[in-house]
Amino acid sequence: MKKSMYGKFGGQFVPEVLMPALTELEEAYERYKDDREFLKELDYYMKEFAGRETPLYFAKNLSEKYGIKIYLKREDLVHGGAHKLNNTLGQALLAKYMGKKRLIAETGAGQHGTATAMAAANMGFESEVYMGAKDVIRQHMNVYRMELMGTKVNAVESGSKTLKDAINEAFRDWVTNVENTHYLIGSVVGSHPYPMIVRDFQSVIGKEVKDQIMEKEGRYPDSIIACAGGGSNAMGIFYPFIEDKEVKLFPVEAGGKEMRTTEKEALHSASLCVGEEGILQGAHTLILQDKYGQILESSSISAGLDYSGVGPELAYLADIGRITPCYANDDEALEAFYELSRLEGIIPALESSHAIAYLMKMAKMGKLGELGDLVVINLSGRGDKDLETVFKLKEEESKEDCL
Amino acid sequence: MKIEDKFAELKERNEKALIAYVCAGDPSSEATKEIVNALVKGGADIVELGLPFSDPVADGPTIQAASTRALEAGMNPDLYFEMAASIKENVPLVCMTYYNLIYKRGNEKFARDCAEAGITGIIVPDLPAEEADELHAACKQNGVDLIFLITPVTTGKRMEKNLEKTSGFVYIVSRLGVTGERVDVAESTKNILSRIDTTVPKAVGFGISNGQQAAEVIKAGADAVIVGSAFVNIIASGENVNERVEKLASELKKSCR
Repeated sequence: MKKSMYGKFGGQFVPEVLMPALTELEEAYERYKDDREFLKELDYYMKEFAGRETPLYFAKNLSEKYGIKIYLKREDLVHGGAHKLNNTLGQALLAKYMGKKRLIAETGAGQHGTATAMAAANMGFESEVYMGAKDVIRQHMNVYRMELMGTKVNAVESGSKTLKDAINEAFRDWVTNVENTHYLIGSVVGSHPYPMIVRDFQSVIGKEVKDQIMEKEGRYPDSIIACAGGGSNAMGIFYPFIEDKEVKLFPVEAGGKEMRTTEKEALHSASLCVGEEGILQGAHTLILQDKYGQILESSSISAGLDYSGVGPELAYLADIGRITPCYANDDEALEAFYELSRLEGIIPALESSHAIAYLMKMAKMGKLGELGDLVVINLSGRGDKDLETVFKLKEEESKEDCL
Repeated sequence: MKIEDKFAELKERNEKALIAYVCAGDPSSEATKEIVNALVKGGADIVELGLPFSDPVADGPTIQAASTRALEAGMNPDLYFEMAASIKENVPLVCMTYYNLIYKRGNEKFARDCAEAGITGIIVPDLPAEEADELHAACKQNGVDLIFLITPVTTGKRMEKNLEKTSGFVYIVSRLGVTGERVDVAESTKNILSRIDTTVPKAVGFGISNGQQAAEVIKAGADAVIVGSAFVNIIASGENVNERVEKLASELKKSCR
């Protein structure tokens, strides 16, 4: 098997002009990933700037309600409010070691863009972020946050005006400025070596969970649940457990409005559940596409999960049966958003709400037993950025009620 | 018509080639056929027919917009091959598209469909040589050229591998960036041409939009110039399209004589 592949998935399907950049990145990563100076510096940033390690919180009220032990991995407490900073600090440091001067990134919900802006400001990079025009509107506070930190935010007007189009634009920028620019990809997607690099930097989540759950419970959990758009927080928490076969792994995708596809768009973003093999944005993976291979627009209440593809390693793990792809739809996610806020005093990101929703959904269907007695849910981010989205939905609902 | 036969014919006449790109189905199949006719009348020696993809990462805004228009007008791979088969101009047709459309149809079937529709070459900007084994084999079997790209940052072993695999011509990207018109022809064009050692014809693209630029590229040692966005812009304007396309083709072709 080629080292760029995960089974039949992965690879390097990029314009010729980017191939040397991928090779350069791969060589730099191989060189520094075990380098003592590099790791020491990364450790410093992770502890002192990002605020690691994050707690593994016993959600006592949630546990009481569902009658099993539920722990939340509090990535919402990472500086900036999401797990994204784990990866951006790692890649920005790598870019610094490579002598790059400029960082570019794409962002959906704005969390990765914000995390890139933080790393860039802190380490002294010039930075630009591409964001779908639709997402710029629904996540304008994150846009403001990025701008405050000195990052230029470009609204992308092409295509569906969401994450996939922002990625296309970032690719174009990179193609043009590849000599001095590092493209800081925010999820376990794209061409090799990105899925591997992002996974490695995010796997700090799963490593911490291993130690923490051992200390608290003296054993590994029966199940781990994490939301999956591209899949970075899912791979981050799953990866250290891949060899521990007794731990069941559940990536929860966005079921959107419903699990149906029209000619031009999918009403969901569940590429791992129902996508087909194809090539999107640098990798052979599972994607939402029509019969000719045109990419379908995806849909989700959460901008961070609204993506037509998924990381190739997740596609592989699903293919060999190591993970169990599943989904929660918009309404279920919203219900979970409210429930966690009320029960635990933690407002989850709409992305993370999908992970919690899956547990609630299993309980409703009387299938909680499949998850076991000890469950860890990756709370990948906090909900501040989504307050406006939820608030608007609530307003619309109350208007409809009046009619 | 085979690409190598066209280059042989041009060599006898001591001419260089003009390769023109248009996006199939922009704004309609019928219009594309007329535009191809005008291009050939103006002097285009090879026509690149873009098969539009929803997410064309190697293209700039001009060609992306053309792709969107074509897709909205209903272009798809089935119609594409039908349309290509009905083009009767005596020039080689080259398909330019993204790999997912080929993968989805199947490498073998795609290459066969090309051969049957009279398309004699394929360019896939997101398929580097490292990933191209299957399509390469399918193309060989069907007598279709698979054309690889060389860029200013392609060096060493990769340069050799790409040159070894390419047939028909080698597509030289004259500068970093995506497709689109540019004011100047970069110095990098000269550098890259001087670094390439091959017997396959060298075609230079990206950024060429007028006769003067074409002449510079030819003078620097290219065997062909590739022009896309300048034609697509005329098509997008919707005004006297066939006439203006023919005129631009003839201006560009002058530099190739």
